[in-house]
Amino acid sequence: MSEHGHRPSPVSPVEQRVAALAALLTERGLVPEGFVEKVTRRYESEIGPMNGAKVVARAWADGGYKERLLADGTAAIAELGFGGPEGDHMVAVENTPAVHNVIVCTLCSCYPWPVLGLPPAWYKDPPYRARMVREPRALLAEMGCAVPDDVEIRVWDSSAEVRYLVLPQRPAGTEGMTETELAGLVTRDSMIGVARL
Amino acid sequence: MDGIHDLGGLQGFGPVAHSPAEPVFDRPWQAAARALLMAVAGAADVSGGEFRHAIERMEPGHYLTSDYYERWLTAAATLAVEHGLVTLADLEARAGGRFPLSGPVLAPPVAGAGPGVDAPRYLAGDRVRVREWHSPAHTRCPRYVRGKAGIVVRVDGSHSVPDIEAHGTARRYEPTYSVRFDAADLWRDGQRGVFVHVDLWDSYLEPS
Repeated sequence: MSEHGHRPSPVSPVEQRVAALAALLTERGLVPEGFVEKVTRRYESEIGPMNGAKVVARAWADGGYKERLLADGTAAIAELGFGGPEGDHMVAVENTPAVHNVIVCTLCSCYPWPVLGLPPAWYKDPPYRARMVREPRALLAEMGCAVPDDVEIRVWDSSAEVRYLVLPQRPAGTEGMTETELAGLVTRDSMIGVARL
Repeated sequence: MDGIHDLGGLQGFGPVAHSPAEPVFDRPWQAAARALLMAVAGAADVSGGEFRHAIERMEPGHYLTSDYYERWLTAAATLAVEHGLVTLADLEARAGGRFPLSGPVLAPPVAGAGPGVDAPRYLAGDRVRVREWHSPAHTRCPRYVRGKAGIVVRVDGSHSVPDIEAHGTARRYEPTYSVRFDAADLWRDGQRGVFVHVDLWDSYLEPS
């Protein structure tokens, strides 16, 4: 975002490298007109945690749907119209009073795109990837998500083709809410498992 | 390969720079880098395994100090050079400076895929051990579980083995399993009530 009155910042070395590769590939006819814009639009507006929130709200509101979601995540998520790359093999893991789930990708940045969008920078950075499998209780507490000692923590490292979605516990006092209202309570972080609702 | 990307369990990192929400792309060049990788992958028929391995081959210091999308850019440029789409000299001339690429592939090319595995060899509840293995090839077997024993909790159907896929056009399919490890077994630090699940291909495992 540029603001009025600010001079444009000088082009950084990484921007020069991007421009160089873009120019060479374009000259060779390998980047179709409008390709970058099209890709950017798709990731910025068509996928995101608003999709996952609808899945969670449906599972809270409809016991049959929740059963289907836990039995076959990919099919149940497809019922709501979501699917595609990085969402072809979905597994939903359910938080309960006795179990807290959290997802990570220690080797790269695997993440369930159709329901959560692209991962945030911190999910892809070394501290989260290194620490979540080694000291999850301490790291979760540090991130503001204290899990009581008597609650089991299950970490899911997305190291193959399955992508995970955490099904958070439905907050107390939400009995009268509509599915749309429920979806409004669901945060991205609660579906990664670094927050409790 | 035992590369810098295999971060699970490494110590010495500080706090997670957490934010509850942020733009998908902070800077326009990040979106461009992502799109360029997709263009290169499409033009050169690059598999997911080959793409990941191109990032993993980055020099460790460069990897750790790069923005995530600088890693994508480095992989895109490395693959573009390796597949003959552009030359490093052209890249550096256009960029007006050095254009660091990933290091060379350490593993020999894979000619034949070998026999696949049709039926799962393990079922939920079986105890398995991860092979203690340090291949120079791409692999999705994290170092922190090698040699460790765990319990299969889920069988996930057959998938292309990344170790083969990243190194040629041959493909081998094997079941993957979600294996549950007790954190106390992984780290010997006495923590309780913590279980780490890792998804592993059939050939990464042996009975235990």
